[in-house]
Amino acid sequence: METGEVLKMRGICKYFPGVNALQNVDFTLRSGEIHALMGENGAGKSTLIKVLTGVYVKDGGTILIRKNTSDAAGEAEFEEAHIRSPQDAQNSGISTVYQEIALCPNLSVAENMFIGRSGAFTNWADMNKKTGELLKSLDIPATPRQQLGSCSIAVQQMVAIARAVDMKCRVLILDEPTSSLDEQEVEKLFKLMRDLKEKGVGIIFVTHFLDQVYEVCDRITVLRDGTLVGEYVIEDLPRVKLVSKMLGKDLDDMSDIKSESDVGAVDRNTTPVLEAVNLVSNAGIKPFDFTIYKGEVNGFTGLLGSGRSECVRAIFGADKVLGGKVLINGQRVRIKKPIDAMKHGIGYLPEDRKKDGIVADLSVRDNIILALQVMKGFFRPFSKAKAEQMAQEYIKLLDVKTASSDTPIGQLSGGNQQKVILARWLLTNPDFLILDEPTRGIDIGTKIEIQKLALKLAAEGKSVTFISSEIDEMLRTCSRLIVMRDRKVVGELNGDELTRNKVMATIAGGEEK
Amino acid sequence: MTSSRPLSKKPFVQKLIAVTRMQLFIPVMALLLLVIFNLIADPSFFAIKLGYNSANQPVLSGYLITILDYGSELAILAIGMTLVTSASGGQDISVGASIAIAGSVILKVLCGNESRPDHMKAPIIVAFLVACLVAMLFGAFNGSLVAFFKIQPMVATLILFTAGRSIAAWINNNELPIIAEPEFSYFGTFIPGIPIPTPVFIAAACMLIIFLALKFTNLGLYSQAVGINPHSSRLNGINPAVVKLITYMILGLCVAVVGLIKVSRISTINYSVVAKDIEMDAILAVALGGNSLGGGKFSMPASIMGAYIIQFLTTTLYKFNVDSTALPAYKAVVVIILVVLSAPVVREKINQLKKSSSKKSVKEAA
Ligand SMILES: Nc1ncnc2c1ncn2[C@@H]1O[C@H](COP(=O)(O)OP(=O)(O)OP(=O)(O)O)[C@@H](O)[C@H]1O
Ligand SMILES: [Mg+2]
Repeated sequence: METGEVLKMRGICKYFPGVNALQNVDFTLRSGEIHALMGENGAGKSTLIKVLTGVYVKDGGTILIRKNTSDAAGEAEFEEAHIRSPQDAQNSGISTVYQEIALCPNLSVAENMFIGRSGAFTNWADMNKKTGELLKSLDIPATPRQQLGSCSIAVQQMVAIARAVDMKCRVLILDEPTSSLDEQEVEKLFKLMRDLKEKGVGIIFVTHFLDQVYEVCDRITVLRDGTLVGEYVIEDLPRVKLVSKMLGKDLDDMSDIKSESDVGAVDRNTTPVLEAVNLVSNAGIKPFDFTIYKGEVNGFTGLLGSGRSECVRAIFGADKVLGGKVLINGQRVRIKKPIDAMKHGIGYLPEDRKKDGIVADLSVRDNIILALQVMKGFFRPFSKAKAEQMAQEYIKLLDVKTASSDTPIGQLSGGNQQKVILARWLLTNPDFLILDEPTRGIDIGTKIEIQKLALKLAAEGKSVTFISSEIDEMLRTCSRLIVMRDRKVVGELNGDELTRNKVMATIAGGEEK
Repeated sequence: MTSSRPLSKKPFVQKLIAVTRMQLFIPVMALLLLVIFNLIADPSFFAIKLGYNSANQPVLSGYLITILDYGSELAILAIGMTLVTSASGGQDISVGASIAIAGSVILKVLCGNESRPDHMKAPIIVAFLVACLVAMLFGAFNGSLVAFFKIQPMVATLILFTAGRSIAAWINNNELPIIAEPEFSYFGTFIPGIPIPTPVFIAAACMLIIFLALKFTNLGLYSQAVGINPHSSRLNGINPAVVKLITYMILGLCVAVVGLIKVSRISTINYSVVAKDIEMDAILAVALGGNSLGGGKFSMPASIMGAYIIQFLTTTLYKFNVDSTALPAYKAVVVIILVVLSAPVVREKINQLKKSSSKKSVKEAA
């Protein structure tokens, strides 16, 4: 149900020190459409959205919003919107789910749904009841009184979406809402988006998943390096073209990177690099066994909340280990805290980038060297020159887009923050690297680079454990999958069993039909 | 994307200026205001005289010397307070009381059970080291409450804030021991032949030590990382609790040093008055340096500068005969201005103004 334009952004400019985040960008949204905003990491998508929602004050350009009335000729009238704060945006009918979850983890789910709304609720019982209904209608596995911080990121993400949806809006903005959702949850979200679209809401959708774009979107606007590449109707822009528009060049074919890199068969007769027996932590997982061999890439798969992350956290000593034993190269070791694991050559890229990964106010350089520095010791700091040299090397290697290595990491785009954390662990040169959702929020070009990187590490004789909500990504990289359900390891898939259907079936439980 | 704005010719230099401006902007402005005010009100404020004290030793005197002298105590405390603030995101409000304890310990060791001994019972250095140990223990007490029991710093240190001065009095059975030997007074006054107050040298030594510690250890990196994000610090192998604990113990050391200066100044102690309200000045010094009181990033030079500026303000107020009881009210005004100036809303506005003015100037140049 497309009924003309609701929002026109014209000539938008936004500068940060050393960065032209947006230059002369035009963007048009029609009501009743789902409009994808695409571009590489650091292209300016989130910035455009933050300008629109008043988080940033723009340095140039105008934002026009359609008035609710139309003139005699039935033509829509527009007025310039002076959006200076998120509150202004809300009043103009724009509601937003930001890329980084911006709720209060120590408040309850219901409180999070209702804080900062005009006409604030004072009736708590009513508030909890309404929230309960809303959660139910959206199938969100949370209760209104639960503390938000105790929910998984995915659930928090869904709550943020529910909050935005519940506010009456004409424009709904979703900045990478799906990056921490699994397939079912994404489906739920899409259904919701289609419903809203039918009601005439204009939706701006930012994502790095091309499949999702082609599944729900009507139009695509592509940004590159802070400038507008163009606006396209979805039918006119096949996938290959979209990618080349985003990257500014053609992407080499990457459908089968596993065969391309020469990861030979892993020798299972050697002593495993790491073996965990009956390991159990305080994070509520059942005891599990785990082995990984030299040169192997394996992975944990399962639905969100099935305990994938908790398993690797137990191995790394991030959660309190309650029982079981760990052997490294056949030697029994005690890993009680992360530093023990690091000293044994284990690296861990955590799932929750904002909470467990970045140290927001520290520079990109300090964030890159942090883990290696801690391993080296309190009394042996790297010289500034050495730190700078290492940082530069990895900024270049992973193509991190940052104004300088002095920039606080919090100012980088989401995907670039992720690259910095990846750089941190690569720098420690671990024998066994755990990557928990390493490609979250990473653009398509870089995603493949990271997958290749995992395989390259394995080819060099390192071991990698890979966790991703994207099954295809897992199939492309892993030679063995450990399947989890309800916080328990329920199966292991090897060789020929590594097909999409088989994986899905094992995850869901029951045998393949 | 890394390309700089076409407007800026030397982005690096500009950035450098921008950064220093951010952190030191407020303290420098405050200092400038104070200097200008005093210049207009009474330029004799800046006079420094060389005279002779009762022991016929050359000493410098004047308001600026007073500022340097007493500002040094604050600067030493500001060093510890900065680290505590950075790592734990809160402040230790028990430093005044702890100074009383440290001072009391020094007197106890030097005097034993006599209240006016003819000779000191132990070398001063021993007394000082014992005081360091005790102050660090009390620091560790505060630190453990904060680090292991996760109590808000202000609340945790409230205990010692309340009880500290009684403990100090109890150490010497509520007596006020007096030390007659002149060497003891050197630390808080003047060393014979040197006309500059000794606390200035002590503070310089502390600054040198902290400078070296920040350069040759990861103290700065760890405390900032812990203050900004304890979760990810832990996953990078740092033990956040230990780091917090250490910062409180370092503050304990600073307290012991100031305790020595304080008792040395008058060769005795007044439990209820010594270092009264000094914690507020120390915290203010950190804030005035443009450091966030919520923890995380810090600049040590800025805090130290903040300390001397606070003393500048106090001395100015004294000079204009502001009653010492009214002093806190005036400082409160300064605090309010500071807090408002460093609020994000105002920062944003200032930045915008800066930006638009710089754009204008570029346009004019073109
Ligand atoms: N607060 C800020 N201060 C300085 N620079 C910033 C700030 N926010 C964003 N930038 C810069 O602006 C550019 C665009 O960032 P933006 O977050 O809009 O990218 P994005 O397209 O959303 O990328 P991603 O896909 O990684 O989320 C980046 O180079 C980033 O470093
Ligand atoms: Mg973004």
